[in-house]
This record gives sequence, structure tokens and C-alpha cells, in this order.
Amino acid sequence: MAAGTSKAAGKAAKSRKGQARLLQGNEAASLGALAAGCNFFAGYPITPASEITEYMSREMPVRGNPFIQMEDEIASIGACVGASLAGRKAMTATSGPGFSLMQENLGYAMIVEAPMVVVNVMRGGPSTGLPTNVAQGDVQQARWGTHGDHPAIVFCPSSVAECFELMVKAFNTAERFRTPVIFLADETVAHLREKVILPAEGDLEVIDRRRPTVPPDWYVPYKTDGSLIPRLADLGEGYRYHVTGLVHDERGFPTRRADEVEPFYARLFGKISRHFNDLMLTKQYSMDDAEIVLISYGCTARSCRAAVRLGRERGIKLGLLQLLTLWPFPRQAVEAALAGRKAALVPELNMGQISREVKRVNDGRTQVIRHSKMDGTMITPEEILGRMREVA
Amino acid sequence: MASSKKKETAKAKAPEMERMEVRLAGSGGQGLILAGLILAEAAGLFDNRAVAMGQSYGPEARGGASKAEVIISDQDIDYPLATRVDLFLALTQEAADTYSWDLKPDGWIVVDSDLVSHPPSSRAVALPFTATARDKLNKPMVANVVALGAITELTGVVSRKALEKALMARVPKGTEALNKKALAAGSKMAKAYQASGQLAGQEPTSEDV
Repeated sequence: MAAGTSKAAGKAAKSRKGQARLLQGNEAASLGALAAGCNFFAGYPITPASEITEYMSREMPVRGNPFIQMEDEIASIGACVGASLAGRKAMTATSGPGFSLMQENLGYAMIVEAPMVVVNVMRGGPSTGLPTNVAQGDVQQARWGTHGDHPAIVFCPSSVAECFELMVKAFNTAERFRTPVIFLADETVAHLREKVILPAEGDLEVIDRRRPTVPPDWYVPYKTDGSLIPRLADLGEGYRYHVTGLVHDERGFPTRRADEVEPFYARLFGKISRHFNDLMLTKQYSMDDAEIVLISYGCTARSCRAAVRLGRERGIKLGLLQLLTLWPFPRQAVEAALAGRKAALVPELNMGQISREVKRVNDGRTQVIRHSKMDGTMITPEEILGRMREVA
Repeated sequence: MASSKKKETAKAKAPEMERMEVRLAGSGGQGLILAGLILAEAAGLFDNRAVAMGQSYGPEARGGASKAEVIISDQDIDYPLATRVDLFLALTQEAADTYSWDLKPDGWIVVDSDLVSHPPSSRAVALPFTATARDKLNKPMVANVVALGAITELTGVVSRKALEKALMARVPKGTEALNKKALAAGSKMAKAYQASGQLAGQEPTSEDV
């Protein structure tokens, strides 16, 4: 079923092949989801993510797939867990307040290994905060929002084109690793409109989860091969098994036996950590001869690109390392970006959530300076260049 | 025939544009985000330039200051919002007050002459967008399109052809004639304004210094 739908969605993308369109970040993310085969959406509208819910409410029924506006965000992600286990490629989209409500079920999705994509378009918080303003305050929440130690995969776009590309990547990653993936955009990028040309069907790789090849009676739900990723049967197809938020054994039933608990956690982390290299996406701008390096993500990376250009016009050798993956934190790329530089500046719209990670990786070798801003607006290129007096 | 037409549009392409920042501001409901979208599509899809459009609004369901920013360039656009605005359109006093602090010293300032009693500068171009839409077209709703027609005529930020194509692609079926009329009304009042010599009198040239 999922494979068929992926094809249909791919066809929709193909019909627009080569044609430039002016798309909003939220629209491009929705189109990316459809191209990746998303065939279930449950959500509750919230600024600045409402356009995704709106778009999906139009497009899902047309494709014969469910769109459900739930009573709240807790129920929305709950519906996604159910749909995911029933074989659907599920997605929900929200912003800070809704993302906070989703944390419990996000952990549930993590432990039952239900693939899905959760979109959080960041706005000013905490609480209702600044609903219509940009912020990047949920970076650590996306990593640690749900309790208990767990892996997290978080992608962060800085352009409309990246909204499409990273959404496809998010679905593929969720399906491949049987895990929820967080798509962490911000108000500016989500509402930004840019000219994009969507890739053709053939250029898109669409990954579907591995399903059992054995008959229902032989199915052991959490038994794995060398990949550490168990095969997922579609609920309702005759494969009966026990689903629980308790730590469970291979058959899905609760266990407290240390010799079963330890391998459970080892597998939950290991299935992702052994593929870190496939997950840590970064982009580099003018890094070859850079003396001062900017490390940034999301809309702030756009300010940094302008700062690099303007700085170089004024004789400051700036470079940019843009993080498209925030978690797992791209340690190797950051280490390489810091090596031999005079200083690194980490601009972000929070009080230093990624700069702390950069400092941890840096281990005291290069001067790492945070540049925080929390007034509901973007960091301008001139603000970044203003900090250069301290380092240049 | 078709190929010669194609050539014509290619030739008609306006000269290289470095980075033009346009801000359209007013109150929620005046249609300025839609106006921004039409301008962005005209520049991006029909004039074939790079374009980025940002929008900003308050938490109110209606009313409240609202703005759209359109960056147009022939180079890749890195920073997607306005830094020094080249063309500022304000359709309410609140928008004129709130969003006029970062204008380019020699940039365009265009305001609605009835709704903005105190323009941010004495050299602002004040034109009756809303009054024209209300009294001459009997649809106050199309004030945004009248304004688009006027700023395009005044500044050439996008080609008239591109604007018309983008407008027709966006407006609801059955309103094409009305919108074309609104666009023409805007462009007509801008032409009248230019002909009146007010612009030439206001803009200082190098000879004045």
C-alpha cells in the first residue's frame, strides 16, 4: 500500500517537473511529505505551522488518504502512532505549545519504534510567547523534550528548497530506522516564499519500512537481524503482537530482566548511532580560507551567508558551516570547521543552545563566541559583522 | 509567431537588478500579503529574477499592522528580509509609523493619501488608492491592486506585463476585469502624478548640491 502511494505522490511531483514555482516553506515541506509518500496526517492548527495542516487538509482527501483534525496535539501525535503501526507514513505539524504537549507520545513512538515525522515550526516561547514571531528556542527541547535517555534525529531547513529536500530525508530516515524524526523549522523559513524547481520523480529516493516476510504465526515483532531494526507488520493484517510503552522483550511484552533491558537500549541507540555518517548533514560556504567561521542553522544561516559575503567585501575572511542536522550533533563537521581558525561565532535566536554544543566539541582549542538574540526578529548580517571587532 | 513573441519577452527583460527591497505595509485585511505574493510572482516567475518574500503579522484575527517584504535580485538572495528598504508602500498611518524606520535615504515612499495623514517624509508620494477603489471601482477591496499598479508605474520594480500576468494567475475567476481595471487605475494615477511635475520638483538631483 505504502509503495503504491509513494508512486502516486511521486507522479504529482513529476507533473510539475522543471517548472519554477513560488512556494512558501510550509508548502514545500508539505509537498516534500507527499513526494516521500506521506499518507496519513493528523494535526491541530497553530501559527506558524497552520499552512501545513491547511495544505494537507486539501491534498490528503484528493489522494484518498486520511486527514484528521484532532481535538488537540496530544491526540494528533497519538493518531500518528496508531496510523504508523497500521502501515501508514504519518505526519503531524505543530509549533512550540503543541510540541510541548506531544512530548509524552513522542517518547511512546520512540519506544514502540513507530516511524513518523513531527514538524515543529519554532516561534517565540515559552508558553504562548510570541506566536507570530521567529525564534530558535526549541533546539534542546527537540533533543531532550521527552523523558528518559533516547536517541533523537532532528533536521533543520534554512530555505524553501531545503524544506522540500529535508522533508523527504526526514520520511526516509523515519522509515529506514523505524523512529520518529523531528523536522524543526522556524517561523521565518516556514513563511518565507522563494522560487524553487522541484526535483523530478526519478531523482527522489523514497524508502519504505521493512515489513515481515514470514507468515503471521512466525512473526516475532522486535526480533532483529544484524541491522538492529525490527521488521514492522501493518496492524490489522493478521500479525498480532503486543505494543507497550514499557521496556519490552523481543515478543513485545514488558520485561525488567537486566539481560533483556540492556540489549533493548543498546539496540534503540545502536540502530541509529551506527549510521551517524548518513544522518549528519551540513553545508559549507567559503570555508577553504576562512579565518573566522560562523556556525549556524535555520533562518539564521541566511543571515550568516549574507555576513560572509559582506565581510569578505570588507576584507574579513569569513566562512559558514550550516547545520542541516541538529541532532545527532554533527561533531566531526564542527571539529573540522573549528580546526585552525582564529575564532568561531555561533549566531542563534536563543541564549546559546547550539553554541554550548560547539564549545563542548571544541574542547577549548578555538575561541567560540555565542551571539544570542531574543527579540522576536532575525539576526541581521550587520549585527554579525558588528561582533567581528571582538575577534578580528 | 510564437518564437518571435518569445524573443520579444527576452528582449523586454529589464536591466540587471542588484538587490531591490520592497515593503508593503498596512492593516490585516487590506490584502498586502496577497499584493506581495503577486509582486513576488511577477518578479520571480515572469521577469525571471531571484525573489524572496517574507511576511509579518500580529496575533490578531483581523486588524493589526501587517506587512509583506519582497526582495528582488538577479543574484542569489542570501538574507531574505529587508535591511534597507528601496520601496515602501504604506496603506495605514500605523503601518507608516511602525515600518518606516529602516528606509533607504533616497528610497521610494508611497502612501495612501486618505488613510495616511502624516507620511514619514515630506517627499512621500501620496495617492488615493482606497478612495479610487471605493468611489471609481465600487470595490474598496481592490485598493491593494490599485497600489500595485501605481508603484509599478512609478518605479518599474517589475515589468507591467509580468505584473498583469501574475495578477491574472492569482485573482479569483470572474474578477479578472475588475482587477485589470484596478491595475489600470493605479498606473493612470501614477502617470498623472509624474506628469504633474511633482516628482521632478521633489527629487533633488546632483545639480542641486
